[in-house]
Amino acid sequence: MDFLNYAFMQRALLASVLVGITAPAVGIYLVQRRQALMGDGIGHVAMTGVGLGFLLSASPVWMATAVSVLGAILMELIRWYGRTRGDIALAMLFYGGMAGGVMFINLAPGGSNANLTSYLFGSLSTVSQSDVLAICLLAAFVVLVTLGLRRQLFAVSQDEEFARVTGLPVRALNLLTAVTAAVTVTVAMRVVGLLLVSALMVVPVAAAQQLTRSFAATFAIAVAIGVSVTLGGTVTSYYQDVPPGATIVLLTIAAFIVLTALATPLARRRARALAAARPAADPAECAIPASRASADEVGV
Amino acid sequence: MTDTTEATADAKEAIMGEPVISLRRVSAELGARPVLRGIDLTVHRGEVVALLGANGSGKSTTVRAVIGQVPVVSGEIELFGTPRRAFRDWARVGYVPQRTPAAGGVPATVTEIVSAGRLSRTRFGVFRRADREAVREALELVGMADRAKDAVGALSGGQHQRVLIARALVARPELLIMDEPMAGVDLASQEVLARTLKEQVAAGTTVLLVLHELGPLEPLIDRAVVLSDGRVVHDGPPPKAVGHHARPGHDHVHPHAPHDAAGADPIRTGLPL
Repeated sequence: MDFLNYAFMQRALLASVLVGITAPAVGIYLVQRRQALMGDGIGHVAMTGVGLGFLLSASPVWMATAVSVLGAILMELIRWYGRTRGDIALAMLFYGGMAGGVMFINLAPGGSNANLTSYLFGSLSTVSQSDVLAICLLAAFVVLVTLGLRRQLFAVSQDEEFARVTGLPVRALNLLTAVTAAVTVTVAMRVVGLLLVSALMVVPVAAAQQLTRSFAATFAIAVAIGVSVTLGGTVTSYYQDVPPGATIVLLTIAAFIVLTALATPLARRRARALAAARPAADPAECAIPASRASADEVGV
Repeated sequence: MTDTTEATADAKEAIMGEPVISLRRVSAELGARPVLRGIDLTVHRGEVVALLGANGSGKSTTVRAVIGQVPVVSGEIELFGTPRRAFRDWARVGYVPQRTPAAGGVPATVTEIVSAGRLSRTRFGVFRRADREAVREALELVGMADRAKDAVGALSGGQHQRVLIARALVARPELLIMDEPMAGVDLASQEVLARTLKEQVAAGTTVLLVLHELGPLEPLIDRAVVLSDGRVVHDGPPPKAVGHHARPGHDHVHPHAPHDAAGADPIRTGLPL
């Protein structure tokens, strides 16, 4: 545990834990809305913010936050209005964001693509005191939103049309989800990097739901997985000379594979228990185990 | 529309007063295609009204316009006498959308889904004991209390529909709007749904239903509104016995015939459009 004696490691571990909590906490709503790749899109847009930060000699973290929040709002607006060519508009936003980042950083005095690399793939050991402060503040916002408004965000992400009839401000909540996702991207930027952010938002959720039946349990297990892999990856990168971002993402995917392998016998046991609990109680309904498929064909 | 229908409508207005839903000359478009072309529809307190019509006639669009999911090009919509844009009292409205295959990407239990319907009765989404009890009661109403902790993904179509109805009932609404509640529902669940709806109607709930055919709900229905090509072509008693239809001046309206042929001709009624 000698790594705890180093200030840079303390900062790295703190940042890792916060990313491990926030990325799956936002990601679960994105996965629920089937927008799993939104984090990736925001990551691309955030590059322009990093580039602008260098060009204007401002903090790249705060600049990236501002630009990715704007980008996320723009994406949400495109989703509302641009139904027909929405995908093309999003593609332009993503690649425009990436090209803008490269352009700005090369315009900056003394700037080159090398500066960008630490933001693209993460650079835990260079996390500064002011970065940590920014990450703490942003993470607090994300936790407040994703936990405090969990019932509202669940309702909107699950069934937007129904949520409207419960009187929820659907548009405001959609925008808030997008903004929170953008903030999370910049929280995770220094740890896993902009290109790998989305993995930490999506894969822990996908891994958790191999075991769960409820949203609440999926949320809790996804965050637990997130914290385990970010801490595990960071410590591993201290002992072995490997890049932390890539280590974290590979660990997350390994967790997914292990849990999927464990889940198959679990699901079988559950099905057996269910069958035993209701011996032919409802033959009509028991006869349709592929209920999703048969139900889905109707009323579309 | 016969004289008797108008008389009934007048009598209803006199007895029950307040219209719960009222649409006046409502038009709506999906993309650039006009889907509703001047719909007039009033549902009074305590009434059970069925919206019938072929696929693409605008039934679902009408109810989605009522709840504000489809923007209206022209015309007025009022809920409980308040223009829909200014309407905030959503706990009075229970909505059962058409069941779609697009389930959420994350597992959720029956209780979690039904709890979402209770949000309109909570402050800032904070659940109290009464809210949890309301969720349990709503699940008992539709006979799903024993599945409360199961994932909705593991339910049959009929069971899923019962959960969606529990979600609409959990806020104890005065008005229930349902879009095709019987579509793809097994017989056992159809009976549960019909019974649940009967209890709600007996307790005074107003109901607007989108249906393909009257089916097992027929005895509950006070009035049928038939749409064709975005217009109301019949507004009166539900089409029933042959004798009634055989009356002079009353064209045969058969709402469930064309439903399996999406491109079928619109219903011919001979009524002025």
